[in-house]
Amino acid sequence: MVTLKDYGDYETTWCPGCGNFSVLKAVKQALVACRLRPQDVIFVSGIGQAAKAPHYLNVNLFDGLHGRSLPVATGVKLANPKKTVIVESGDGCNYGEGGNHFLAALRRNIDVTLLVHNNQVYGLTKGQASPTSETGFVTKVQPEGVASAPFNPVAVAVALRAGFVARGFSGMDDHLALIIQEAIAHRGFSLVDILQPCVSFNKVNTFSWYKSRCKELPPDYDPTNWEAAMKTAEEWGNNIPVGILYLNNRPAFESHFPALKEGPLVGKGVDQGLLAKILDSYR
Amino acid sequence: MKKTMNILIGGEAGQGLVTVGEILSKSLVRAGYYILVTQSYMSRIRGGHNTFSIQVSPDEVIASRDEVDLLVALDDLTLTLHGKELTPRGRIVADQGCSADEKVCLKVPFGHLAADQFSNIAALGVVSGLIGLKEEIVGRTLEDFFGKKAPGVAEENRKVLGDAMAWTLSQPPFMGKLPPVQIPTRRMMMQGNEAIALGAISAGLKFYSFYPMTPSTSIGQTLAKWAGKMGLVVEQAEDEIAAINMALGASYAGAPSMVGTSGGGFALMVEGVSLAGMTETPIVIAVAQRPGPATGLPTRTEQADLQFVLYAGHGEFPRAVFAPGTVEECFHLTRRAFALAEKYQGPVFVLTDQFLSDSYRSIEPFEVENLPLAGPSWKAVPASLPYRRFAITENGISPRLLPGWSEHRVVVGSDEHTEDGHLTEDLSVRRQMVDKRLRKMEGIRQEVIPPELKGDGNPEILLVTWGSTKGSVLEAASHLRSKGKKVSTLFFPQVWPLVQEQFLPPLQGARQVISVEGNATGQLAKLIRQESGFEIKKKVGRYDGLPITPEYILRELGEISQQRSSRM
Repeated sequence: MVTLKDYGDYETTWCPGCGNFSVLKAVKQALVACRLRPQDVIFVSGIGQAAKAPHYLNVNLFDGLHGRSLPVATGVKLANPKKTVIVESGDGCNYGEGGNHFLAALRRNIDVTLLVHNNQVYGLTKGQASPTSETGFVTKVQPEGVASAPFNPVAVAVALRAGFVARGFSGMDDHLALIIQEAIAHRGFSLVDILQPCVSFNKVNTFSWYKSRCKELPPDYDPTNWEAAMKTAEEWGNNIPVGILYLNNRPAFESHFPALKEGPLVGKGVDQGLLAKILDSYR
Repeated sequence: MKKTMNILIGGEAGQGLVTVGEILSKSLVRAGYYILVTQSYMSRIRGGHNTFSIQVSPDEVIASRDEVDLLVALDDLTLTLHGKELTPRGRIVADQGCSADEKVCLKVPFGHLAADQFSNIAALGVVSGLIGLKEEIVGRTLEDFFGKKAPGVAEENRKVLGDAMAWTLSQPPFMGKLPPVQIPTRRMMMQGNEAIALGAISAGLKFYSFYPMTPSTSIGQTLAKWAGKMGLVVEQAEDEIAAINMALGASYAGAPSMVGTSGGGFALMVEGVSLAGMTETPIVIAVAQRPGPATGLPTRTEQADLQFVLYAGHGEFPRAVFAPGTVEECFHLTRRAFALAEKYQGPVFVLTDQFLSDSYRSIEPFEVENLPLAGPSWKAVPASLPYRRFAITENGISPRLLPGWSEHRVVVGSDEHTEDGHLTEDLSVRRQMVDKRLRKMEGIRQEVIPPELKGDGNPEILLVTWGSTKGSVLEAASHLRSKGKKVSTLFFPQVWPLVQEQFLPPLQGARQVISVEGNATGQLAKLIRQESGFEIKKKVGRYDGLPITPEYILRELGEISQQRSSRM
């Protein structure tokens, strides 16, 4: 039986009060609830404080380049579809540097869970705006306030009919653990956009700011209704809906490859007789 | 030079020139001839000017030729542009409406022979008739080509072929046919990119990701064609950054992986190269060169990315770079790249260029039985040992387990890391890790494929080259020897690492060393100097987008006049 202890306990480099601690706890809870053994889980992360989270878990890990976790995860999953592949990184990685890969992953519907620590700021590089920073957010690099409109990841995900779109809040950790558990269980691409405070660099979207705004979706909310999901995804400001916004059961990307019907790509030999026939066709 | 016939087919994009070229090439291979194709095309889908030239001979052909023996003009522009390339006894096939002299030009009533859309096949028929190819061979090849299209298409085309051939044979004799050869032959028709793809498959490739970019795209297309049969995953990525990162993910998870691209696409992959070096993940990277910088000449050839590929990726870490000179070498060196990538756990490059990538040749079949496979070879570490993915070893190579295939965690990271793969900022660990990674270079050096010296160890002239220029250099040297000069050649199939002991003696033994490269700055010459101190003073370079031919080399050496190459 898998327990929280199996996932280890590590010293972190996070600031006291960081939202990451709660998220890490929720992830562990979810992994245990899914009954996943650490050796069967492969995490992929990028660069940033959030991307360090899988280093504080006893799991397989490819901690790659800033913004490039989703392609790595796609490659991992296609090589070995039997393993649970989870990407965990921040809003800068996934919505900024890796924006194109975010769109491509949504389109592919690869069976990977994307956990985004969305604190609306760049923490590790000390306070620049992120794609989800609100218009007017003041930083040293944007002293007049951010001019661009913020990126809305859940709206984009719903618009592209992603398999599973959810939003959570680090301050609602049991709720978050449940969402993550469902996200992992869903066969297809699962996005969990996790709102959390950055105590060091975001003095606007603080813990209490989120706490007073994040509201669970009502129990009668139907996540399979796309139009309703589009509306819900647009809600922000005084009311920020958290929960599973949208569900879509379209086929997972890897199910399209004939090569994967026979199992993982790993450890497969080469059918030399078939290859000889193929070479023969060049005569 | 040996007896060959150089057939040049010219026309607009959209006229079906490549179709004619490919069917004719295949027919020649099946008829027992050796061929070497040079494809020249523009960056457009209709119009412009494209050519498909086939150097054909009953004996082995290793280089192309500038001079044309048979010019097949599907449009007037071809006559204007290439008329002056005809040999004194050269002949032309063109539409009866053209202005060329009847003594050298067979004026074909294309409009009469076939409907417009079939004129390319009519031209195929005329050429086949003229050079002496049998209808059974060309007809069967044509049917193979059109077989997959709608029913009736193959028959329609074959009728046009037959009519055109019959018409040709009814004309008074116009030119000498190809000398007969004995068949049957087992040879295949294959171009550089196909050979890279098939070499990769034979080595155990299971994952290929790419973004389409001329002239590398046909690697991916060949792999996609065979993916279902051979159990591969081929994925067109959203950009080249995704392509290389996907391949690294697949490789980390245990699937032998490759990416293919050209200069500009490779530029986007560069951080990924660094990632491969840091995470010690095996990956083969095929770079099919074309003229840069930036978008450059998208459909032409050049050899100007050697230094780029050599240094790409910030930081210091080991790599190897292969530069096949023939289609066979494309197959074998790609195989070698996979073996090396897996053994030394890092990036290994295969450099080709538009000329070789697109050059169909006649190849002896590859023996694939019992070919060794590349792939993770470490046995599972028993549970009692703590597994450290980057365990420090004497030769720098750490045991590589695959995630999810044992109870052990496999942790790799792009940050500097401790032996267990976790992120570290301990500076003494950093130093040890750099040393460990660089130690792998020693093993790679031991396994280098040495440069090939052909000819005397103390020649008057030593021609030095790498990659696709091989054949032309060998041919030029052979010509000079036939004129009584002592000329040798030194060909580098592996351009990194370079082992001084393997190339310095022939360089020092020659009276004059001349490098021949498809670039402006003499990149291999510079590398040789860097690694050995030997300065190659005379450099022949070509960077107008066209491949180096034997005549080009001889002209640059002053051996033949600019106006006319001597009859060879």
